[in-house]
Amino acid sequence: MENLVCKCGHKNPPGTILCESCGRSLTEEEQSKKLADMRYEGTARRSQTYNKSIIDKIWNFFSSVKVGVGIIVVLLVAAAIGTILPQAQYVNVPVRNDATLQAYYADVYGEIGKIYYFLGLHDMYSSFWFITLVGLLAISLIVASLDRFVPLYRSLKNQRVLRHRSFMNKQRIYAEGQAPDDVLVKAEEKLKELKYNVTLDKNGLLAEKGRFSRWGPYVNHIGLIIFLSGVMLRMVPGFYVDETLWIREGETRAIPEAPGYYLESEKFTIETYSGEGDEELFEDALDRVGTVAKNYQTDIVLYQTPEESLPGATDEMEMMKEESIRVNQPLKFDGYAVYQMDYKLNELRAMTFDLTDKETDASLGTLTIDLVKPEDSYDLGNGSKVDLLGYYPDFSGFENGEPQTATPVPNNPGFLVRMYTPETPEGEVSFIVIQDTIEPLGENQYKLTFQSAETRHASGLTIRKDRTLPILGLGGLIFMIGVAQGMYFNHRRFWIQQQEGGTVLLAGHTNKNWFGLKKDLDQVSEYASLPVYTDQQEEVEKKEKLDKEQKVEGDELR
Amino acid sequence: MAEQKANKSNKKRNRAIMRSAILSLLVIAIGYTIYNSVTAEDVEVLKAGDKAPDFALLDMEGNSHKLSDYEGEGVFLNFWGTWCAPCVKEMPAMDRQFQEYEDQGVNVLAVNIAQSDFEVQSFVDRFGLSFPVAIDKSKSVMTAYNIRPLPTTVLVNPEGEIQRIVTGEMTEEDIKGFMEEIRPQ
Amino acid sequence: MTLPELSSSLLYVAFIAYLIATFVFGGAVKGNKEGSFKSEGRWGKIAFIITLIGFIAQLGYFFTRWAATGHPPLSNMFEFTTAFGMTLVGGFIILYLLYKTPVLGMVVLPVALLIIAFASMFPSEVSPLIPALQTNWLAIHVSTTVIAEGILAISAGAGLIYLLKVVDMEKKSKQRFWLETIMYSLIVVVGFVVASTYFTLTDYQAEFTYINKDNAEASIEYNMPPLVGMNEYTSLTEGAMEPLLETPAIINAGKVTTVLWSFIVGTILYWIIRLIARKRIAAIFKPFLKNVNLQLMDEINYRSVIIGFPLFTLGALIFAMIWAQIAWSRFWGWDPKEVWALITWLFYAAFLHLRLGKGWQGEKSAWLAVAGFAIIMFNLVAVNLIIAGLHSYA
Repeated sequence: MENLVCKCGHKNPPGTILCESCGRSLTEEEQSKKLADMRYEGTARRSQTYNKSIIDKIWNFFSSVKVGVGIIVVLLVAAAIGTILPQAQYVNVPVRNDATLQAYYADVYGEIGKIYYFLGLHDMYSSFWFITLVGLLAISLIVASLDRFVPLYRSLKNQRVLRHRSFMNKQRIYAEGQAPDDVLVKAEEKLKELKYNVTLDKNGLLAEKGRFSRWGPYVNHIGLIIFLSGVMLRMVPGFYVDETLWIREGETRAIPEAPGYYLESEKFTIETYSGEGDEELFEDALDRVGTVAKNYQTDIVLYQTPEESLPGATDEMEMMKEESIRVNQPLKFDGYAVYQMDYKLNELRAMTFDLTDKETDASLGTLTIDLVKPEDSYDLGNGSKVDLLGYYPDFSGFENGEPQTATPVPNNPGFLVRMYTPETPEGEVSFIVIQDTIEPLGENQYKLTFQSAETRHASGLTIRKDRTLPILGLGGLIFMIGVAQGMYFNHRRFWIQQQEGGTVLLAGHTNKNWFGLKKDLDQVSEYASLPVYTDQQEEVEKKEKLDKEQKVEGDELR
Repeated sequence: MAEQKANKSNKKRNRAIMRSAILSLLVIAIGYTIYNSVTAEDVEVLKAGDKAPDFALLDMEGNSHKLSDYEGEGVFLNFWGTWCAPCVKEMPAMDRQFQEYEDQGVNVLAVNIAQSDFEVQSFVDRFGLSFPVAIDKSKSVMTAYNIRPLPTTVLVNPEGEIQRIVTGEMTEEDIKGFMEEIRPQ
Repeated sequence: MTLPELSSSLLYVAFIAYLIATFVFGGAVKGNKEGSFKSEGRWGKIAFIITLIGFIAQLGYFFTRWAATGHPPLSNMFEFTTAFGMTLVGGFIILYLLYKTPVLGMVVLPVALLIIAFASMFPSEVSPLIPALQTNWLAIHVSTTVIAEGILAISAGAGLIYLLKVVDMEKKSKQRFWLETIMYSLIVVVGFVVASTYFTLTDYQAEFTYINKDNAEASIEYNMPPLVGMNEYTSLTEGAMEPLLETPAIINAGKVTTVLWSFIVGTILYWIIRLIARKRIAAIFKPFLKNVNLQLMDEINYRSVIIGFPLFTLGALIFAMIWAQIAWSRFWGWDPKEVWALITWLFYAAFLHLRLGKGWQGEKSAWLAVAGFAIIMFNLVAVNLIIAGLHSYA
């Protein structure tokens, strides 16, 4: 394609609609129009101009608004499909793996669930094709913006004051007529008062205001790109920490992924609304739905070990903070945040037994076994004692005569004990689980009778560190600035030319809010006695309406 | 005229390079993101060849064990719990092999995950273990080594680097082989 | 009178005021047959003042309820939907001041009435906040979102007027079908309100036990005659209607029954209106729209999107993300409500690109604006009631 040489002698890049220099229409189509197409100032969108290599073709593809909107629509539809059934992360399965998830979808949702799982829609938003779609949108954002921004910037930067008559009279706001000699001086004065930038060249004047609003779309696209790159970085290892920590009351635990930091849980609290006193007005609601949680809270102490200290060595820990973690009030330190997310109530902490004579039910004394710190032997006084031979926190059965434990959590504690009393100095062996006693070495005279238990709660905490948050925030901020810049400000321009013989040409353009533009012009017109202008768009519409009505009348007559 | 043409083809070439560069950069970024998201679940914090994180633990007899003190010797670091059946099963074999390799500069340290002294002590007594056993009360060593399933055995060579990370049960032969691997030459 | 009682009375006042204003706006538009803008202006002004009174009463409802409960009344279906009706009227008030168009009131106010009536079908007693909602972000995030949605709904109102005027109701066309579908779906909402009110007033109750999706026994209470039954249901109420069919365990037959009743009553209403008027519902509005300035409607449509879109971005995405980061430890979790907010945002982004980049103005814009409203309503109604997620506060 060749450069387009305008009558004024300026060489324009191929694809240009309005001459960059004087504003003459360069295409036949444009010449035949009543109003000029001022989008992108009639410059060539860069990708339209060349269409040669593969790279250019790909580039052009992504530069098109149609393609961009197409990607948005596909993304929108895909996102909607992902909400038909819950995503895998929100599904409750006892053990989380592919097989259990597949079974869950098949069991609960039947055929649809099977297909949903088969298509990978249960984990759609992290699938490669969904990420690719978002990536394509990013490419489209970048390419389309570059393609439009560069020529628009060039064209607005190199604006000429004197435009060709055919450019002027194809503007929506246009006037032609006699005016006094001092019209340019007066117009300049008034326009400056209205905060316009005024440039004079020979017999012409260009007034401009709010050009920066033209950059709005590109600024908000930059914001989106920054946001998306933040999202991308988030997936790079090291930028993002997401860990779970279960901690029981009284425990001290290293905070995962936060070297040198330890957390001690002092107390977990759960509160519900009572519907009494201050809360009386909630009574009806509480009656309807039952209990409503009021507060989940873990009181913690945060410790830090000295820099040179090693994992495992916790004696030199220093207390940093004593705080309560609540929903909406995470604990924050050193870029980390610890959230109250979950809880387990009433885990066994200690159990109290009576040593009793099986026949008479007489008690020889009481012992309390601390499940966190069981002891070898419990002396009951009066010559009686109980030796602990084995402790199995989550008793699950015997294997080769040896009691087994399934987990380290005291869900079903089992104790192997030897009981000594003055009457049985040799001791009697007994195995005790909740509500059951086994006497492996023959009938005993004594037994341990369960009296009471102490429990404690466990808090499920989530530990997060997200270094991409500032990037995401910046992206969001720039996006909002760009949107406001592009939508709430507008770019207004006036061209005035004084012809020989006192005739004045006037044209006005804005990218939006013509009402505001007219208001400005009315003031200038009055002050500088400019000729009366017309809104050519309204003229065109009026004419169309008239034609239509005449046609309707004609139809009715027929 | 010729100059103009040359100028034009130059411009075109620059444009092609520019566009290819931008597009390929974006494609690489997307590819990298997909790669990261697909592999997100199996990111291992520690792997063979890394320096083994130093730590200090007290064993059941009250002796302190600091990993860096064993530099020049091999350390067979076994993470375990009494509820974990394979851990229990491999203990006697580890003990036998330890007695073989003790004099050749191979140390065994069995790190229990935050159980009570009573449970660990009665376990040690039951199997008569001769190597030191320590309890990681605050799970800080476990966290530092990013231990997930039990048993996990971390083999530390005399240079203080991780030679190998073994998850799951080991046979006596495996244990022997591993000790051979970290034995100082 | 206690504060909550005062609050409910004020909402009632607002409802009545909107109802009256609707008819006065209609009269203003209709009385303007000969194009005497003076009479339109005079009656329009009266209608506008009545609207304003209603709006002030509803603001009164909002703040007295806030004072009574100690938290902004934006925490459940009733409160949020009522607020949505309020911001819709608020948006109308702003645009009326800018453009002085009574016809917009004639279309927007009935929609606002419908929304408030729909809201009052949900439990409306004051309820306490769960821990996740106990923060100022509730007010910040939800109020911004609901204002944005109210303004975006105005664009749909302007679009609807545009369509009612330009779509030819005499000739068979896709446009005619879809426009009539929009009118029909509005009447189905009326059907829902009528059916729920009727069965609430007659105190209908039928209890059932059934087997839920986790294979456990559960019970359910129907407030409308059970057209469809739950999985393996057993009736506990004597004389209750026998359900016509049984549904699988994942379907909540109680909700399906409500939807079916709404459609039945709505369809009956639709045909009654249509038979009395002897024309399609959309055609009934034609005489009111003789003097509508289409370009102005297009402008209102676009203006509302331009104001609503940035606000929606701020409230439903940015503030939402900040709060989610604080309360749920992650700013984005692909929860259905979040996804549908994103879908809404993407939709309006596409709308703006099509309008500014591809010149989709006038009728195309009007269809898009109405579709945008449909998405917002889907997010409000369906996502809360059908798709379970973290945002299910109904």
